[in-house]
Amino acid sequence: MSEIPNDLRYTREHEWVRSEDDGTVTVGITDHAQEELGDLVFVEVPEAGTGFGAGDAAAVVESVKAASDIYAPVSGEVVEANDALADSPELVNSDPYGEGWLFRLRPENGDEIKDLLDAEAYGDFVESAGD
Amino acid sequence: MPFIPHTETDVHEMLAAIGVERIDDLFDEIAPELRAGDLGGIPDGLPEMAVTRLMHERARAEGDMLCFTGAGAYPHHIPQAIWQIVGRGEFYSAYTPYQAEASQGTLQVVYEFQSMISALAGMEVANASLYDGGSALGEAVLMAVRANRKARSKRVLVPRTVHPHYRAVARTVVGNQGLELVDVPFAPETGLTGVDALTAAAGDEGVAAVVIPQPNFLGGLEDVDALVDRAHALGALAVAVVNPTSLALLRPPGEWGEQGADIVIGEGQPLGIPLSAGGPYFGFLCTRKAMARQMPGRVVGRTTDADGHTGYVMTLRAREQDIRRSKATSNICTNQGLMVTAATIYMALMGPEGLERVARHSHAGAVALRSALAGIQGVEPLFDGPIFHEFTVRIDGPPVAEILDALAGRGILGGYALEGAYPEVGNSLLLCSTELHTEDDRAAYVEALTEVLAGGR
Repeated sequence: MSEIPNDLRYTREHEWVRSEDDGTVTVGITDHAQEELGDLVFVEVPEAGTGFGAGDAAAVVESVKAASDIYAPVSGEVVEANDALADSPELVNSDPYGEGWLFRLRPENGDEIKDLLDAEAYGDFVESAGD
Repeated sequence: MPFIPHTETDVHEMLAAIGVERIDDLFDEIAPELRAGDLGGIPDGLPEMAVTRLMHERARAEGDMLCFTGAGAYPHHIPQAIWQIVGRGEFYSAYTPYQAEASQGTLQVVYEFQSMISALAGMEVANASLYDGGSALGEAVLMAVRANRKARSKRVLVPRTVHPHYRAVARTVVGNQGLELVDVPFAPETGLTGVDALTAAAGDEGVAAVVIPQPNFLGGLEDVDALVDRAHALGALAVAVVNPTSLALLRPPGEWGEQGADIVIGEGQPLGIPLSAGGPYFGFLCTRKAMARQMPGRVVGRTTDADGHTGYVMTLRAREQDIRRSKATSNICTNQGLMVTAATIYMALMGPEGLERVARHSHAGAVALRSALAGIQGVEPLFDGPIFHEFTVRIDGPPVAEILDALAGRGILGGYALEGAYPEVGNSLLLCSTELHTEDDRAAYVEALTEVLAGGR
């Protein structure tokens, strides 16, 4: 069973979202997602300053099998991306909720995050999709 | 691998299963005016024996022409060993097999090709090849715009000294993808692209990439160091378009200017591929390692198998169309395997010294021919700068098209008439000389052109 921290929000595309004290949100992919993808060999993160609508493709994670899009879970502007991933994409595998974060957004609208799944709902979603 | 077509019975059963009478009915939703219809001018098929006879007749009628026409495809000596090896059953396939379990030979050849062409270009990585020089330019332009996100621009500067066919193909490839290809004029007195022309074409808007040909289509050698540096100063990536033979003599694009070119493409035909009336040829594309993931196509890598033996395997193809669909780096998802096999054997047989000899002989021949032609009344080299193995002359006399017809009547393919693609150069002729041409061949050309211009037919 993969780890699903209680204090985060989730999307059906297997991204996690953490609300930071400064009003920004940090985005990464879940433990379940990194397990499914297998060893990541490359991560392409967005440039700071780029704006995305909710659901826009914002980053790409590439495993030996496939390159998959990561979508912006809420609309907003990128304030920072995790540049360490350029040299160490494996951080996403080893520490998906910590050092393997992908990018931070300043949300356009604080309410969008409330529509995302909580840990329990995401856990149910993973279980129902896993059959 | 066998490709077994469906029998009539299979087809009928499939149509019946989906409730359709004829295959054509499947295309009903396409408006009639959008369909290709009958292809006029293409006759029905002929039996093999009739085709063989026809081809022999045509070949006899053509004779063995002495070819001085380059313009993107060049006559070079092709050692017999090349196509002998390429024709072996293990290589000679309509489709390039990639299964590592079954295709170690093919994969090793592709790996060696990538290594050799990267070394020639002075770059870190090459893909397994593209269709031809023109499609390689289209792909390079798309790649540059993807890779240069900082520029926030989809404009690409393309000098008019880039091969007109490449420019046309690139336009077709990128035309409906929101990219803008901006023409950059050349200086009429030199036939070269000036750095200030780049800045002028860039204007106040951003530029994602600048294309830099070397040698350029008119035969001249561009000031590539200055052009690359200016491209980078404009915040653009530099896309080099090169002739692979010339790289044996000229500095590789990876070393142009302060930082080198970012993407290098070209037509691979000079490396052991026969002219064959225009194809099949192959395109190559090299880049820096940092940009490898924006590269179209695929990369074969060397690895070790479970028993510790060296093996070859498809290493990078996660962004191809069959995996990424509309988000793929390219809608081309294959390579020119057989042509690349020939080019790899060519490069291996020639070696760096052999390729340099080819380049030196070609260069010397072209220089000699240019000065010999300058002695004919009514012929004048259009530009006097350095060249590789091709150059332009202006003819004060009958239209170049008529001259070429008259030369063909004397068994000489005399060059490429430039006025169609370059009205600004007037009645001019582009021609090349390679290591295939002897001094006698060049003398024959000079004599024939002298006679034609003097009114002989």
